[in-house]
Amino acid sequence: MISIEPVAAPGAPLARRNPVAKVAAALAFSFILLATLDPVAPAIAIALELALLPLFGIRYRVLARRALPLLLSAAGILVTLVLFAADRSGRVLLDAGPVLVSTGVLLTALGLVLRVFAVALPGVIVFATTDPTDLADALIQNAKAPARFAIGALAAFRLVPLLGQEWQMISMARRARGVDAGRNPVAKLRLFTSTAFALLVGAIRRGTRLAVAMDARGFDAGTPRTVARRQSFTRADALLIAGSVLLAGAALTTSVLLGTFRPLLS
Amino acid sequence: MRLTGGWIVRTTVNLMISRAGWSPGRKGVGVVGGVLLRGFGWRHAGRRAWALRGVDLRVEDGERVLLLGPSGAGKSTLLSALAGLLPEDSGEQEGTVEIDGLDPRKGRERVGIVFQDPETQLVMARSGDDVAFGLENRGVPTGEIWPRVDEALRRVGFPYPRDRNTAALSGGEQQRLALAGALALRPGLLLLDEPTANLDPAGADLVRQAVAGALDADTTLILVEHRVAEALPLVDRVVVLEPGGGVRADGPPEAVFAAHGAALAAQGVWVPGHPITPRPATAAAGDLLITAERLGLPPRLGPTDLAVRAGEALAVRGPNGAGKSTLALLLGGLLRPGTGRVTASAELAGPDHRTPPHRWRAPALARRIGSVFQDPEHQFVTGTVFDELALGPRRTGQTEAAVKDTVAALLERLRLARLAAANPYTLSGGEARRLSVATALATAPRLLICDEPTFGQDRRTWRELVDLFADLRDAGHGIVAVTHDADFVAALADRTVTLQRAPAGSR
Repeated sequence: MISIEPVAAPGAPLARRNPVAKVAAALAFSFILLATLDPVAPAIAIALELALLPLFGIRYRVLARRALPLLLSAAGILVTLVLFAADRSGRVLLDAGPVLVSTGVLLTALGLVLRVFAVALPGVIVFATTDPTDLADALIQNAKAPARFAIGALAAFRLVPLLGQEWQMISMARRARGVDAGRNPVAKLRLFTSTAFALLVGAIRRGTRLAVAMDARGFDAGTPRTVARRQSFTRADALLIAGSVLLAGAALTTSVLLGTFRPLLS
Repeated sequence: MRLTGGWIVRTTVNLMISRAGWSPGRKGVGVVGGVLLRGFGWRHAGRRAWALRGVDLRVEDGERVLLLGPSGAGKSTLLSALAGLLPEDSGEQEGTVEIDGLDPRKGRERVGIVFQDPETQLVMARSGDDVAFGLENRGVPTGEIWPRVDEALRRVGFPYPRDRNTAALSGGEQQRLALAGALALRPGLLLLDEPTANLDPAGADLVRQAVAGALDADTTLILVEHRVAEALPLVDRVVVLEPGGGVRADGPPEAVFAAHGAALAAQGVWVPGHPITPRPATAAAGDLLITAERLGLPPRLGPTDLAVRAGEALAVRGPNGAGKSTLALLLGGLLRPGTGRVTASAELAGPDHRTPPHRWRAPALARRIGSVFQDPEHQFVTGTVFDELALGPRRTGQTEAAVKDTVAALLERLRLARLAAANPYTLSGGEARRLSVATALATAPRLLICDEPTFGQDRRTWRELVDLFADLRDAGHGIVAVTHDADFVAALADRTVTLQRAPAGSR
């Protein structure tokens, strides 16, 4: 099941901020941190992110569940680097035939994992605290995005959870018709492709019906649109963006002062 | 553009209309009000046949019209034209269509439309936002939006607060909400395109009540609905489209049905007072085919016991959400049971009777148990009707000559012969349903499981399905039909199992 519901307490001081401000703050924070390859700056950034979490109204356990894919990919990075990294410098910790683990390898891997977390967590936090409707509203009202795009994407987004059910239905219908792949990998691939095609055809038909229904209610008919839900961009929202730039900058500065800074472009 | 046929004012009808209100606020001065079609025809781009042709029709303000016609008479196309949803470049037009003297494409704000499928007409995640969506599009000032949303929700009897998630509503409630979304725009003309076809009887009742209660006296209503008896209380005029062109009949319901009832019934219109002869079993049920013991799949279906014998038709009924479709999939060997078990008898499964059906290989399954899905399009795998029917027999190892014979017989039996080369996705609702049943029969399974086989079907296809299932049963097949359709149960079923809705909160 694909979850699109926000999970935060809606009244939390930072969760209440304008969605566009939250997205901008997250983007700024992540971009600044991309500038370094060292493990120290991301470690500081993660500490800051986790410290601010209560202000977003997210509980740590909820975040852990949301960030599960992130944890898995981090583990993947760690294993891959430990096994295959070219840089084998530093003190050797484990020498088991082809597997040679050194402090240099571990440090590189650790840096990369921390970067993945530091850069991705702000996005996870924003989407955990933001209702998609509010985001679309704010994009239209505060970021001047075209309604055609923002509302269209929002409506399409609402159909996404249906795709999983649809896939299961098509697969079962095929089995009922006597179509299965057994253990043959080629047949499996062909069945997968044809099921995916049927899913796509169904999605397009459903999307067309939705578009006609939206059309019938005057969507994108050229009349200037009004808004039912007002989104305001206040001084607090500007402060959130400024604060995120400041904090990310502070993390970088600390890393520079400690002498661990390794610029991405050098 | 070309004008075909004369334009005849249906004086008799117009005199009958006592409610024909006149609202000066909505009409321009000196413009003819209401809906006016003159020799109207439409051909979708790329099609040889006209969807609709030679239609002359006048509907006054405040009239309530039921639009009837056999499958393929162009009812939905007519509604799309009135709603201004046929872009000029999407086909070819004949004659004219006007609403209050305007081309419907330019007079969009006068018309509201509600479609069949609740899932694809709600746009927003919260109920109130969805009603507000149309008002925003029309540029209604922010201060007026929410009072109008609340008024529309109240009119259709929407029982929840504005922030209710639209995905958590039942089908009937979703259609009520879609109706509120159309009414909030205060259309002079409301079009309803089979708004209850996808709903269980309780949901359909909800929607009909909402329509009856929500209309202003001067709102014009044009309704397309298969189930005429249920729709009649909402209308005061019936218009019957002739497939191939023109209007066959027009007038008050009693007059139209008295003059044309029998012919319409034969063509597939559900005319009240033309019952269909039931087909009870001609012999006692035979050997046991399949047994379900405490069969369930939490949270969709609670533990259920049932058995199906050869030569019997079992109906499975129950409200939406009781797990009927899940039960059909479990019996069909398509889902792994969560609790309990499905056991096929040696009569049905031969040497495989010790393995549960969901572990059989697909070709073995298709030879023994046929499943017909609620949505026929889920089942289509190939590019032509012929290949679609040939797929099962080929998969189960019949010779090509035998496949040809099987397919030819099925095409004939289900009136699909002229469509053998057509793409299954281009078929009408009735044709797609007949094809999906035929595909399940192609492998001659002993047990046939159907999910809502009569859903949205016209009377003719409906009767053919009853006869087909009855013939199969009398030839010793077992039939399980999951259905809301009480008439279908009365006409065919030998036994009924009723499922209860799973406890609230567990779904």
